[in-house]
Amino acid sequence: MWIIRGTLDRRTYLAIAVASFILGLALWWAVTAFGVIDPLFLPGPGAVLRRFITWLTDGDLLQDAGISIFRVLAGFLASAVMALPLGLMIGAYRPVRAFFEPLLEFARYLPAVAFVPVVLLWAGIGEASKIVVIWIGTFFQMVIMLSDDVARVPMPQIEAARTLGANGREIVLRVLSKSAMPAMFDTLRVTLGLAWTYLVVAEIVAANSGLGYAIMKAQRFLQTDRIFVGIIVIGLIGLATDQLLRWLHRRLFPWAAARAS
Amino acid sequence: MGRGASIMKLEVRSLGKTFHAAAGSFDALADVSFGVEPGEFLSIVGASGCGKSTLLRIIAGLESQSRGDVLVDGRAVYGPDRDRAMVFQDYSLYPWLTVLENIRFSSRLKGNRNVTGDAQERAELLLELMGLSHVRDAHPNALSGGMRQRVAIARALLNQPKVLLMDEPFGALDAQTREVMHDLILHIVALEKCTVVFVTHDVQEAVYLAERVVVLAPRPGHIDSVWSTGLGAALERRQTLKRSPEFLALEGQILDRIRATSGLRSDLDALQRLTSGAARTVTAIG
Repeated sequence: MWIIRGTLDRRTYLAIAVASFILGLALWWAVTAFGVIDPLFLPGPGAVLRRFITWLTDGDLLQDAGISIFRVLAGFLASAVMALPLGLMIGAYRPVRAFFEPLLEFARYLPAVAFVPVVLLWAGIGEASKIVVIWIGTFFQMVIMLSDDVARVPMPQIEAARTLGANGREIVLRVLSKSAMPAMFDTLRVTLGLAWTYLVVAEIVAANSGLGYAIMKAQRFLQTDRIFVGIIVIGLIGLATDQLLRWLHRRLFPWAAARAS
Repeated sequence: MGRGASIMKLEVRSLGKTFHAAAGSFDALADVSFGVEPGEFLSIVGASGCGKSTLLRIIAGLESQSRGDVLVDGRAVYGPDRDRAMVFQDYSLYPWLTVLENIRFSSRLKGNRNVTGDAQERAELLLELMGLSHVRDAHPNALSGGMRQRVAIARALLNQPKVLLMDEPFGALDAQTREVMHDLILHIVALEKCTVVFVTHDVQEAVYLAERVVVLAPRPGHIDSVWSTGLGAALERRQTLKRSPEFLALEGQILDRIRATSGLRSDLDALQRLTSGAARTVTAIG
């Protein structure tokens, strides 16, 4: 069990994973129940759960979560639709890489959060501005990671295609995109997490709905329990989508399982 | 270097390659010339760094030469094309495709659609010949290294290339699998009447498979010597041949040439001094 890079069966893994959640909850409960921390700063699990239920039944938690999910997906898809072909071309052709790479490396360090004021100026306070903020936050990172995925396609796969008579277009479409697809799928899964971060930024600054907006409003009324519900709901949505995408990855790319040798 | 006046299937004329890097230029190949007759099996051996892989890659069109020509059926060729298929050491199969789909890969390419006859029929034949029928719908990751190389060879043969180029194709396999592959490739080549250029660092393998063995010497890569193996018909060779006196003599001579040209001397003197020193210490302690 403690051998470096050793093996662990699935049931033990799950047991340990569940234990870490329970331990976290227990610690949380302990520090609040024994009054170590003022409940105003950190409400206990019970209070947060009660708030969750009232928000869900009397309030508009589902609508808030729904609109947030919609914004994340819209911004994320806008990024992905543009980043996939561009990443493929950068990974395939050196001149395209030379043209875009320095630009992207620069753009990647531009603070997306600082763009919020100008985005409001450009796109107003409608849905477009949130989507643009998420796009700025995810696109550049995504393109760089996707182009690296394509650049990691084994050279013999490309050279074999060339000697079999494939032209450039066929190598890009029939070899590079197919070969890199599992890695690109993983890249999209990782960047989806990034999209949630920028959603909250966008909603805190300029929105009148959504989980980020609810968190900001709760702060104004010092409803720390509501803030925690918002945070935890975002965390759970993230965990659920991540698991779903991992499961999908296994279903879509069974051939990508570790090479037995 | 030809044995007759007939047109060579493959000919390499005064081939030279110079790599340019920031640190300066480096001559990898200088004035390499040889011909391969139709249906001939030619092995290229040499010390590491002698440019044998570079030579094969230039023939395949994957790298460009600095000087000289590569001719197929008497015509100069540039860049890769279907007439010269290549088998790589590893990682050249498409893991998302099944064995059959890998073998059929070239038939789905635009440039090949009109020239390939019945690709499906040919793929079935190759599956059978290579002993792959039972794994036709498996993915490469489920196969052993030897089976993967069978798929790579079948894929290269689908379009009946004029020349089959093999770059250490069995280098990643264990000794037993390699022997099986040797006999398999001899049969396939005889059946398909392929012309083969086979690069390897394994002299035994080179001698067993080929009709002629070219020894390439480094700095810069040039032909040191060419050996006719005269081992008889490909289909009559057996593994026991590797222990026959003629075989061992030829293998030894070729190995000597490689050693003589490698530029590496084993520091036998230094090693002897070290071991005798150690032996003295051990006796002193004892």
